Amino acid sequence: MTFLLFLPAGIVFAAFFLVPLGQLFLIGGSGTEGWAAYGAILANRNYLSSLVSTTALSAAVTAATLLISGTTGVFLTRNRFPGRAALVAMLTFPLAFPGVVIGFMVIMLGGRQGLVVDLLEGLTGERLVFAYTMTGLFVGYVYFSIPRTILTVMASAEKLDPRIEEAARSLGAGPLRVVLDVIVPGLKPALFSAGAICFATSMGAFGTAFTLATRINVLPVTIYGVFTEQANIATAAALSFVLGVLTWAVLAVARTASGSTVAAAG
Amino acid sequence: MRRRGPAFWCLLAFTLLVCAFLIVPVAMSMLAGVTVNYQSGLSSGLTLRWVAQVWEGYSDTIFRSMGIAVACLACTLVLGVPAAYALNRSQSVPARVIEELLVMPVAIPGLATAMALIVTYNTLGNFRTSWTFILVGHVLFTLPFMVRSVLAVMAAVDLKTLEEGAASLGAGFRQRFFSIVLPNCRPGILAGSLMVVTLSMGEFNMTWLLHTPLTKTLPVGLADAYASLRLEVGSAYTLVFFLMIVPLLVAIQLLARPVQLAGQGAPR
Repeated sequence: MTFLLFLPAGIVFAAFFLVPLGQLFLIGGSGTEGWAAYGAILANRNYLSSLVSTTALSAAVTAATLLISGTTGVFLTRNRFPGRAALVAMLTFPLAFPGVVIGFMVIMLGGRQGLVVDLLEGLTGERLVFAYTMTGLFVGYVYFSIPRTILTVMASAEKLDPRIEEAARSLGAGPLRVVLDVIVPGLKPALFSAGAICFATSMGAFGTAFTLATRINVLPVTIYGVFTEQANIATAAALSFVLGVLTWAVLAVARTASGSTVAAAG
Repeated sequence: MRRRGPAFWCLLAFTLLVCAFLIVPVAMSMLAGVTVNYQSGLSSGLTLRWVAQVWEGYSDTIFRSMGIAVACLACTLVLGVPAAYALNRSQSVPARVIEELLVMPVAIPGLATAMALIVTYNTLGNFRTSWTFILVGHVLFTLPFMVRSVLAVMAAVDLKTLEEGAASLGAGFRQRFFSIVLPNCRPGILAGSLMVVTLSMGEFNMTWLLHTPLTKTLPVGLADAYASLRLEVGSAYTLVFFLMIVPLLVAIQLLARPVQLAGQGAPR
């Protein structure tokens, strides 16, 4: 009986996800290069450089986001003050913004009429429009990663025992030692899983890059170009299949790893 | 109250800076959408001209997005709630594997899913050019949010005991499902529904490949406007979009923390 209840979702999921994904895999190997298309991401100089720059960007975004969200998340969990709830609400507000809108937010900050561009001009006298470059993409990805990372960090920080920090302090540990030796290890599972989500979404995100410039050399934009401009469907299929497997693997590894850490700790 | 040290004020300043980073561009774009000339600033006066221009050029995308979001919600309710019940009941390994599989469309980039749908169903009658093609993508992407948030509530209320009580009093399966299961899952269904509607309204990654010139959605129109129209019009369009999703986002925040999902965020 209960099996029957799952049937409608199962049929839809199989017909519109599992079968198409299998089809994508087959088409990826059906081009002029055959199955070698799956090696193209490493063999072709363009695709490889695109993969490298996407990975570097995602790593930088992950590091910056964890630093920013970790600091503010722990601060907001440890301190109670008037207006705190409003700050939490503001920090988590852009949670479900689509990538295109985030791209536009970056244009508001770093575009030709951008606020930060104006401010920097006042300081340095130089007009640096950064929105349509890799820097703009970095800013955008940090923007969309902050809200969800803060939520994860705060949920985890609430479970940390402040008495351990007190103990470390009373034993003479400075603030930096407390952060590095007590708080960061305590948050490790949360930071690990939030970081993995951040990394995987930065690898696969498309809307922000699409808004900012279609010439930024990141993998989803490259795939889109192969698909529409070169109409090379087989290669586009192979590349997107590889990208899909890559992001999914990062998330799967992070889930099992952080899961086992939690189990070991508890 | 404890005396605040300099560390507190430094961290507070940093937190405020992060808040400003997230909120200031939102406020700026909302303001730009009603400013006569953004370059010369607010002194050029306020106007609804840009909003009117957006309405004229893109109102169809707004209604289409609303329609798709509602249809998507209906689909995820019909498919997701019974599926969550089945997953909650079964402790078997296949059930856990299925739970993992269902999340895949969130973990995998929308670009890949959209391409998979296109290469498979390109030639199937009018399906490719219909708005239901977009709907299918949205249902795949939002279904796990519905299933997970209903599952979370089901795990919290000990449905099994409640149902056994009802069964011992002679209630059949249909009666139990509609008078015990559904009412008890209401918070999860509500949270899931808000999430589904919000995500569907904003989905871009898949929709950009799935849409045709006749089936543009709101985010597709936004990308269009950002690329080809003046900043004020793009801002006015964004303002309309914010007016539509901000109430949903506020409701999500008030209701509870949204369900955390792996890869939840691929900004869509």
